[in-house]
Amino acid sequence: MLHGKAFKFGDDISTDHIIPGRYTYLRSNLPELAKHVMEDADTTFVSRVRQGDFIVGGNNFGLGSSREHAPLVIKMAGISAILAKSVARIFFRNAINLGLPVLICNTDAINNGDELEIHLGTGTIGDITTGTTLTFNPIPDVMLNILKEGGLLPYIKKYDDFKV
Amino acid sequence: MGKTLAEKILSNKSGVDAVAGDIVIANVDLAFMQDTTGPLTVNQFYEAGFSKIAATTKSAVFLDHAAPSPNSNLSNDHLTLRGFTDDTGTILSEVGDGVCHQIVAESLAKPGDLIVGADSHTVTAGGLGTFACGMGSTDVAVALSLGKSWFRVPESIKVSINGEFPLGVHAKDVILYLIGLIGADGATYRALEFGGNTIPPLSISSRLTIANMAVEAGAKAGLFPADELTLEYISRRGDEQQYQTLYPDNDAIYEQVIEIDLSELEPTISRPHTVDNTVPINEIVGTNIHQVVIGTCTNGRLEDLEVVASILHGKKQHPKTRLIVAPASRGILLAAIEKGYIQTFIEAGASILPPGCGPCLGMHQGVLADGENCLSTANRNFKGRMGNPNAFIYLGSPASAAVAAVTGEITDPREFL
Repeated sequence: MLHGKAFKFGDDISTDHIIPGRYTYLRSNLPELAKHVMEDADTTFVSRVRQGDFIVGGNNFGLGSSREHAPLVIKMAGISAILAKSVARIFFRNAINLGLPVLICNTDAINNGDELEIHLGTGTIGDITTGTTLTFNPIPDVMLNILKEGGLLPYIKKYDDFKV
Repeated sequence: MGKTLAEKILSNKSGVDAVAGDIVIANVDLAFMQDTTGPLTVNQFYEAGFSKIAATTKSAVFLDHAAPSPNSNLSNDHLTLRGFTDDTGTILSEVGDGVCHQIVAESLAKPGDLIVGADSHTVTAGGLGTFACGMGSTDVAVALSLGKSWFRVPESIKVSINGEFPLGVHAKDVILYLIGLIGADGATYRALEFGGNTIPPLSISSRLTIANMAVEAGAKAGLFPADELTLEYISRRGDEQQYQTLYPDNDAIYEQVIEIDLSELEPTISRPHTVDNTVPINEIVGTNIHQVVIGTCTNGRLEDLEVVASILHGKKQHPKTRLIVAPASRGILLAAIEKGYIQTFIEAGASILPPGCGPCLGMHQGVLADGENCLSTANRNFKGRMGNPNAFIYLGSPASAAVAAVTGEITDPREFL
């Protein structure tokens, strides 16, 4: 079970919102890079986020660049899952490859600051603040198997190949 | 049952008779990275315990995003990447050679190939009938070693482009119009397959411009089935390699068909801060422009520079507007010098950048000031994209960009023709 607080964002949160291109020079210094996570969407995010919290987006979360540093710095910030109405495909693969769950659901009912409990096994999101329960779309098997191993590298180390 | 081009290529590369929705493991002809995604790719490659590139897969590293390097951190990243190419025999495209997607089109992509690149605009090679898609560093690291990756065979949206270009309307206007029509997530997880009676005469340069921005509608690939022009382009570059040209079937099944009648199109601009925030240019004429950028993987080709030179010839940039031109490759720069375009640009007051990504992603070579407006021929206008979240980026064609450089404001290019 995952447990934390929701940080709510709107539609079209791009990889430039998540980790702006102007910090590319820090990409080989991940702890420094991570200090700028979500900076162009919310400058206070990095100081308020706690281990286990959730990013809750709208439509087309993570559009834009292929930079895997985007889900990487989100994971480094302690975020345990991203919830969105829809997610851009490269970002989706990248997050799963790093072992960071991305859950597709109707996020309209979740408010900024709500306390959430997520059960990956049963596919449910409990909003403790509002007392409601949401379900998320099943993660495709090929991605679920990668996620279960903690990401693509542990998966490949275990299987030496893709299993479909 | 007929197949789309995406289904044909992924079936061929996976050895499975695959249709949209299937998950396949397919052999990758080329896997590449650039200098901002490359260091993590190299890290993941070694972290996985890999040491060799798959014998069946070509690999390439491009130093283009921060080239020449603006600081020591990025210089050290370049050092890491050069070391990786030495150790693995990977092709190295050096500082000043040009943007990865242009070099891939000029020398590596072939019709029917499957390419993965650690850069979202890898889709550009779809202009040659190549299934090329962007992935992240870990996916590319694994593809480099295994020579394959997993793919969900995408549903396809057929985009039928018909008619002739009105004066002042270019390929960039077509793709901006399409993205405005379907939205920034209008083709997410799908392939865009282009057809219609405009395609046969449509230049390879224009096809690459349109395919380049398929990802701005969320697409996994933007595909122009190869034709005589494609085969001529490939043979002209002296490529002796074998390839299998594949074509969509006449009875292929498309999720959606979109018709674009060029006669109804106008010069189009994307307003800040999303690419799908498009508008016909006449609705925003008069907007002050402080910097004009012409170049990038979207519009840095010779055909683009020719349009710009024809507008700028004998004219000067506006005193309150800076013009920056970055040809997409060394070959394009040389050709533009030979044709006199570069002299025209310099006489107009432009700064000429070395072939590469230039100021597109906000690292160097033209970072905007607070409150400034830029009209760029690039493909993205996200908040902060060009290095400053307090600046505003408009996207348009090379013609629209060139006239704004002269007038200092967004101007309908048709007034200059």
